[in-house]
Amino acid sequence: MSENDNNQKEVLFSPKNKKLLTNPLGKDNPINVQVLGICSVLAITVQLRTSIVMAISVVAVMGLANVIISLLRKTIPPRIRIIVQLTVIASLVILVDQVLKAFVYDVSRQLSVFVGLIITNCIIMGRLEAFALQNKPWPSFLDGIGNAAGYAWVLLAVGFFRELLGSGTLMGYNVIPGFMYEMGYEDNGFMILPPMALITVGIIIWVHRYKDRDLIDIS
Amino acid sequence: MEELVSIFVRSIFIDNMVFAYFLGMCSYLAVSRTVGTSIGLGAAGIFVLVITVPINYLLENFILAKGALSWLSPRFAEADLSFLTFIMFIAIIAAMVQLVEMIIEKFSPTLYSSLGIFLPLIAVNCAILGGSLFMQERNYANIAEATAFGLGSGVGWFLAIVGIAAIREKIRYSNVPAPLRGLGITFIITGLMGIAFMSFMGIEL
Repeated sequence: MSENDNNQKEVLFSPKNKKLLTNPLGKDNPINVQVLGICSVLAITVQLRTSIVMAISVVAVMGLANVIISLLRKTIPPRIRIIVQLTVIASLVILVDQVLKAFVYDVSRQLSVFVGLIITNCIIMGRLEAFALQNKPWPSFLDGIGNAAGYAWVLLAVGFFRELLGSGTLMGYNVIPGFMYEMGYEDNGFMILPPMALITVGIIIWVHRYKDRDLIDIS
Repeated sequence: MEELVSIFVRSIFIDNMVFAYFLGMCSYLAVSRTVGTSIGLGAAGIFVLVITVPINYLLENFILAKGALSWLSPRFAEADLSFLTFIMFIAIIAAMVQLVEMIIEKFSPTLYSSLGIFLPLIAVNCAILGGSLFMQERNYANIAEATAFGLGSGVGWFLAIVGIAAIREKIRYSNVPAPLRGLGITFIITGLMGIAFMSFMGIEL
């Protein structure tokens, strides 16, 4: 969703700012390349619906946190910056948690502790440390949204495949036609189990690196 | 006592932080290149979990939960501070990590230099916050149970990270397809380890 918005506004963006937004989608992807924020990708991707809610929450927290830290960057004493960052993120996550509880209570139940764990999602901390502390609010915002979107597409891809292959549904609607089952097709119950999330991400990384040879680990 | 052992074993094998809930994956993937460093990080994890889970248990039951403040004055019997959970837990964890770091530096410089860089990393390790949040969600009956859970999850995480580090050391000599090298194969191996750990499911003590 955020990607479409950005495409329309891109004319306004300088090429440098545009890069901030697009790099994390591909060759700087927080999950496939930087290896940040893995925990939540795996745990809440059994269904597409929870993945979407989680993705939106992370985009919101990350964009706002980057802006706030960037605004405060000159006043935060370096020695206590970690705890300041954690406090900002935790406050934003509390907001998100309360909103989720109010509007999509059932999804909030399913996400259980993983909403709280956005606080320790290392993408957010990592981007705050690496980018927002040195840059102006607007680039920081773009960087935050870009990285969160890079996180979101992997999340949605994993959620899509796990729900489609595991339960034969998408967003709770049946998509595998009935005659397939009559012909002997069966849902692969294995996809719902936790280990398959890891293997799905492994395969996504494989395909991603196969397409983009620069990313191959030489060591 | 039996109850404690049961919680301990459950949290190591069945509800393993890494394989069942994927917590602490970032440092799990980043610091599992050699067995030596992963032992250091695993030990730091156990250490911090054993300290923070019981402290957060006390915090939860005497300050944050609904009606928990009634020991202070009957007027607070209706107070419900549970919306502050996240920020309080993470503050305690960050403070404890800092404190533990200072104590270790003072009393055991050798341990400090071997854990060194890993301790601050632990503050943002989701396994630690996850430990506290699961403790809250599962409503353990007393502080001993919470401690057993903290210790068990720490040991479980330790086992997982040391195991994957050992496998990664060996796999360096294997002919893995180039795009799968490094991160990709680590994920797939972790998945397979997770499947192996699933065989513990259903064990009742």
